[in-house]
Amino acid sequence: MHKPRSRRRWHIAVFLAPAVLVYSAVMILPLFDTLRLSLFTEGPEGRVFAGLANFRTLFGDPNWSRQFWNALANNFWFFLIHMAVQNPIGIALAAILSAPGLRLAGFYRSAIFIPTILSFVIVGFAWKLILSPIWGIAPSMLDAVGLKSWFAPWLGREETALTTLALISVWQFVGIPMMLIYAALLSIPDEILEAAECDGVTGWSAFWKIKLPLILPSIGIISILTFVANFNAFDLIYAAQGALAGPNFSSDILGTFLYRTFFGFQLQLGDPYMGSAIASAMFAVILVGVCIYLFGIQTRIRRYQL
Amino acid sequence: MTNRKFLAALLGSTLLATAASAQDVTLTIESWRNDDLSIWQDQIIPAFEAEHPGIKLNFTPSAPAEYNAVLNSKLDAGSAGDIITCRPFDASLALYEGGKLADLSDLDGMSNFSDVAKSGWSTDDGSVTYCVPMASVIHGFIYNKDAFAELGLEPPETVDDFFAVLDAIKQDGTYIPMAMGTNDQWEAATMGYQNIGPNYWKGEEGRKALIAGDARLTDPEWTAPYAQLARWGDYLGDGFEAQTYPDSQNLFTLGRAAIFPAGSWEVSGFNNLVDFEMGAFPPPVQNEGDTCYISDHTDIGIGMNAATDHPEAARTFLDWVASEEFATLYANALPGFFPLSEAPVQIDDPLAQEFASWRQDCESTIRSTYQILSRGTPNLENETWNASAQVIKGEETPEDAGARLQEGLASWYQPQQ
Repeated sequence: MHKPRSRRRWHIAVFLAPAVLVYSAVMILPLFDTLRLSLFTEGPEGRVFAGLANFRTLFGDPNWSRQFWNALANNFWFFLIHMAVQNPIGIALAAILSAPGLRLAGFYRSAIFIPTILSFVIVGFAWKLILSPIWGIAPSMLDAVGLKSWFAPWLGREETALTTLALISVWQFVGIPMMLIYAALLSIPDEILEAAECDGVTGWSAFWKIKLPLILPSIGIISILTFVANFNAFDLIYAAQGALAGPNFSSDILGTFLYRTFFGFQLQLGDPYMGSAIASAMFAVILVGVCIYLFGIQTRIRRYQL
Repeated sequence: MTNRKFLAALLGSTLLATAASAQDVTLTIESWRNDDLSIWQDQIIPAFEAEHPGIKLNFTPSAPAEYNAVLNSKLDAGSAGDIITCRPFDASLALYEGGKLADLSDLDGMSNFSDVAKSGWSTDDGSVTYCVPMASVIHGFIYNKDAFAELGLEPPETVDDFFAVLDAIKQDGTYIPMAMGTNDQWEAATMGYQNIGPNYWKGEEGRKALIAGDARLTDPEWTAPYAQLARWGDYLGDGFEAQTYPDSQNLFTLGRAAIFPAGSWEVSGFNNLVDFEMGAFPPPVQNEGDTCYISDHTDIGIGMNAATDHPEAARTFLDWVASEEFATLYANALPGFFPLSEAPVQIDDPLAQEFASWRQDCESTIRSTYQILSRGTPNLENETWNASAQVIKGEETPEDAGARLQEGLASWYQPQQ
């Protein structure tokens, strides 16, 4: 029998090539080019190498660093609200939806998931109208239940603008953790639950003691997805508050700060070099966050063979 | 089949022949004013072509938000049109310094324009002008005449009158005294601070002193407008903190607010929306009889691509743009955008006429932050938006706002250090 001389399996390379090429061209190359661009600056004769000067400006010059830390702190608050509100609600909804005997489960599932597929611009605009002190339905709805005094122009106040926007984003995206957890819950075999029932573990305690440990890896994935999405967020804030992320930069997050710097705004001319420096800093923040998760948490989550 | 081919060839050769015999020059105009396309095609271009046989015009606007980027890449690639519509100040200055825009200082028509009008398209020292000033917008207050008549009020002349009027409207309670919000920030700065400010810093005098470094943003003439803005907060509608610019426009045009701090560009839009009579008054002065100053901000200019193949034809066109005839055409086609030439222009729209009439009695100036002072980081214009909004909301005192802006400006602008 003839034995092939080479055991190299060319087909692997051939099949991988399209994805690798496309991904490299549209993701990897621009990413590294952005990192490279952050080391340059505008000289009298065009682009000149500047080393880490842009980062020194970003972290050393109070005009820049104040904006950067403000944006980063706002970003953490944005993320915290999502973790504290979006994910618990998502898990609770999934738990309720997967409960046997719930009628119209399919309808609820779709209704809650629909906002996720809406455009940020529509969501931002719709909520701005709902919360508008002039035409909005929020003041009159509160008035109908006698709570008119609770209403405030939330999007226009420094103390409440960012939290309001974070909650709008939660409203939009609560369907995603719900769907992922729902799928994880469905994959738990009935035998386990039945066995637990025989041992007297039912209802809520079945959820806490049996289901929750089994879906913990999914919750981990959702957390990291939320982290990455939140630190890359830009659209909703831009659609609702504009590039200056008012009032007084209280809703400014890294995405809007990057946009203002890179593309310029009104009389401020765009600065692609400082913009790249901010983009690199964002990349670093996300990279560190993901690494902490991967090495610190992911490896410690106990997995059960189902 | 062959018949048709023959016909096509015949037709083609005829077209070629006419083009060659007339030797027409076609000038392509780059612009961001795609709103004005029909005005150019129906009124401006026919008027010019009738007078100048042999020169054809082709108006090719692009979307306002993309204009700067599109124009820059076209200029770099050598495919830009012969005539370039110019943004005021730094965007066009960069083009001139990059050799993309031609020097037009010696154009005959340039003598029709004042130095203030030319400042938007001149080098910092004023020695070279590279675009013909085309239109400006004037700030002031538009008011609901019916509401004023109903309450027996007169348009105010002094700051005290102004607040007396606001108090009267507030007391009556039928109307929101003033339609403005701080959500979009620029309303507070452009229609607030830059609107009332020139009366305090004495227009060009104060603006130039600031650029020269002889005045500070902490000086009383620069913080006093903030002090007035701080008093506005009481007269704006409920929840003005979250009120956007379109909200303000709607509140006024629906007749729910009596006064709208405005720019003249609102005129044509408002004319189509309101069912009451509108009037306008200039920013009130501090004491009766004071000279009044208005923000007559240069907004659109028009220049020549330095690489054009038809410099002579282009200059002929630009000279025409500088003429009284063009000014009258443009002012009436677009009420609220005022020609910058010194020739008196007949404007038919009464509200636009009202705005333009202030030029006779008041000194004109441009927005204080636009020339030179917004080149660095932090950007003074953006900071002014923020400060104006903060002051109206009462979250920053006028003095603190002035100190913060001064510190920001001094951090990069040598004459202020």
